[in-house]
Amino acid sequence: MADGIETIKGQEMKREKNDLQAAAEGIRVLLVDDEEGYVNVLNNRLSKRRFQVTTACSGGDAIKAARKQDFDVAILDLKMEDMDGLEVLKIFNQMGLDMKIIMLTGHGSQEAAREGIQLGAFDYLTKPCELHDLIAKINEAYTARH
Amino acid sequence: MVKDKNKNYYQSLSRNMILSTIIVSFTPMILVITILLQQYQVSFYEKTNAHLNELVQKHKQNIDTFLTEKTANIRFLAMTKDYETLNDDEFLQRKLQLLRNDYGNVFVDLGIVEASGLQTAYAGPLELENVDYRNAEWFQSAWQKDSYISDVFLGLRGTPHFIVAVRQNENGREFLVRATINFNSFNSLVQTLRLGKTGYAFILNREGAFQTQPAMDIPPDPDGISFLWKAVEKTRNKILITRWTDDTGEADLYAAGSLKHGQWLLIVKQKVSDAYADLRRMYYLALVIFVIGAAGIVFMANYTTRRMVRRIRKTDREKEGMNQQIIETGKMASIGELAAGIAHEINNPVAIMVEEAGWIGDLLEEEDFAEGENLKEFRRALTQINTQGRRCKEITHKLLSFARKTDSTLKDVQLNDIIREIVDLSSQMAKYNKVSIETRLQKTLPYITASPSELQQVLLNLINNALDAMEKTGGVIHISTKISEIEPGTIVIVVEDNGPGIPDANLSRLFDPFFTTKPVGKGTGLGLSICYGIINKMGGKIDVQSAVGKGTRFRIWIPFQQ
Repeated sequence: MADGIETIKGQEMKREKNDLQAAAEGIRVLLVDDEEGYVNVLNNRLSKRRFQVTTACSGGDAIKAARKQDFDVAILDLKMEDMDGLEVLKIFNQMGLDMKIIMLTGHGSQEAAREGIQLGAFDYLTKPCELHDLIAKINEAYTARH
Repeated sequence: MVKDKNKNYYQSLSRNMILSTIIVSFTPMILVITILLQQYQVSFYEKTNAHLNELVQKHKQNIDTFLTEKTANIRFLAMTKDYETLNDDEFLQRKLQLLRNDYGNVFVDLGIVEASGLQTAYAGPLELENVDYRNAEWFQSAWQKDSYISDVFLGLRGTPHFIVAVRQNENGREFLVRATINFNSFNSLVQTLRLGKTGYAFILNREGAFQTQPAMDIPPDPDGISFLWKAVEKTRNKILITRWTDDTGEADLYAAGSLKHGQWLLIVKQKVSDAYADLRRMYYLALVIFVIGAAGIVFMANYTTRRMVRRIRKTDREKEGMNQQIIETGKMASIGELAAGIAHEINNPVAIMVEEAGWIGDLLEEEDFAEGENLKEFRRALTQINTQGRRCKEITHKLLSFARKTDSTLKDVQLNDIIREIVDLSSQMAKYNKVSIETRLQKTLPYITASPSELQQVLLNLINNALDAMEKTGGVIHISTKISEIEPGTIVIVVEDNGPGIPDANLSRLFDPFFTTKPVGKGTGLGLSICYGIINKMGGKIDVQSAVGKGTRFRIWIPFQQ
């Protein structure tokens, strides 16, 4: 059993390398999560893959950032302290932004994610998610936008 | 301890119930039987005494009449003939013959006795002419009265007899006409009186000597006789009925009446045990009825009480079981909430850790580090962080599932389809473990309303557990479905393996969260508690039976749509 897991891990590591090479250049990503450590490390990893990343650690910051600048894709945590992710989504909708939104939800709170999709979000990922899944989803959203 | 206490409780409950039932039933029974017996006894005594009274009275009259009549015969003889006629053997012989013709063998002989005591004439079977009776007791007594009947005595002839004598005064010449009465014919008057088995009659004189041949050869008890005489005298010639216990301790019933102007006593004696035999039979009957009734009461009290207590016990146990279930459910729910909270809190730090590890991995890709001496070791450590992070994630996911926040959308589900799907999924793994999975699914099962992913989770869990258990030995997993006969309105799924089984000590904790027997890191101990939660939520039931060395059987009942 343990051997089996190792093998799978090996494959995943390889795939991550591929992601690194195949990263889309210049996709503008707004990363919203009230967990600062998480935002920072994702920023590092995505930036390394040549995404143009802007981070926001609260709903308010995210809205400010979106006012300031256009983004292709926003990654939005649904559970934040100051403002519910869904509220931020609604505000984004009101702002009429040309931006695809990928939601991050905790495991077991898919209900909220489904509501988000009804509100016009592109898709959702369950947190913690694999980086390659996230990148694939960003690319997908970007492609869908253009 | 709790069990013992309960046992005592039910024991004292049965005891109290049995006791009160018995007391309540026995009291009226005893009262009724006692009162009836009392009444019966009183009327029985009255009846017995009345019967005795009548019997003695009748015989007393008979005997008195007999004696009076014989005396009258002799008196008539003495008065109608003069001395000269009487004092003739041949005449007496004729008269004796006439009397015998009239009365049978009652008269034995006739005689004429002068004042001197000399018997001057005699007719009878013996040679008693000229016998001198001067000193005979009867003669002395008879000479002082007009008529006289002697006590029974042996006399000259040496056989028991008694004498009837009449004194006649003819012109100053006094003589006695005497007759001897056959003892047997007199005796038969009394001897025919028999009562029950032990009752017989006899006649006593003042001295307590038998005047008749008693049926039983018992010497009369002198104390008893003087007691009887006194008592009879007190009753003034009525019939006395009394009890007397003799020296042997045997109680006798006596009925006595005086005869012959208070000289003799007619006594009927019967053993009390014989006289009251019917009464005793009645006592026995009452006793038998009482014993049977008592046995019936005791049996029924016992039987019904036991049944009732068993029922109460069952109800109590069910109640206890329900309480236990409520506690269990509550426990599960609170643990679920706690687990969900922890899982949420842990999710973020774990995600950051994994991503940071990924970030280091990213950096290691850069050329500066490619030549590094410990690169391989870094890589290994990162992979390890990643692996362990993933494990954390799995745990938190399971915890969250346990808190029932998985995809729980309800659908109409065909259970057999889900089972086939899961068996397909597990077949590769099963083959690897040398385990075969066999299914026996009832066709045309009704639909159930459930979350397919939850059902999958439950089945996968059970199959994986079985596979883990039979990892070394191999074996067979049987999965069957059918409409339950025990729990109406449900489908029962049985997942059975022939693995090593689960020890009793672990069985009761099997569905507890975090209970695992797998080595650290191999199992979270949440699988079965999640299954339990899911099945419970569906309104179903899950149980487990296991025998060490034989295998384990899980049964799941899920209600179907009616």
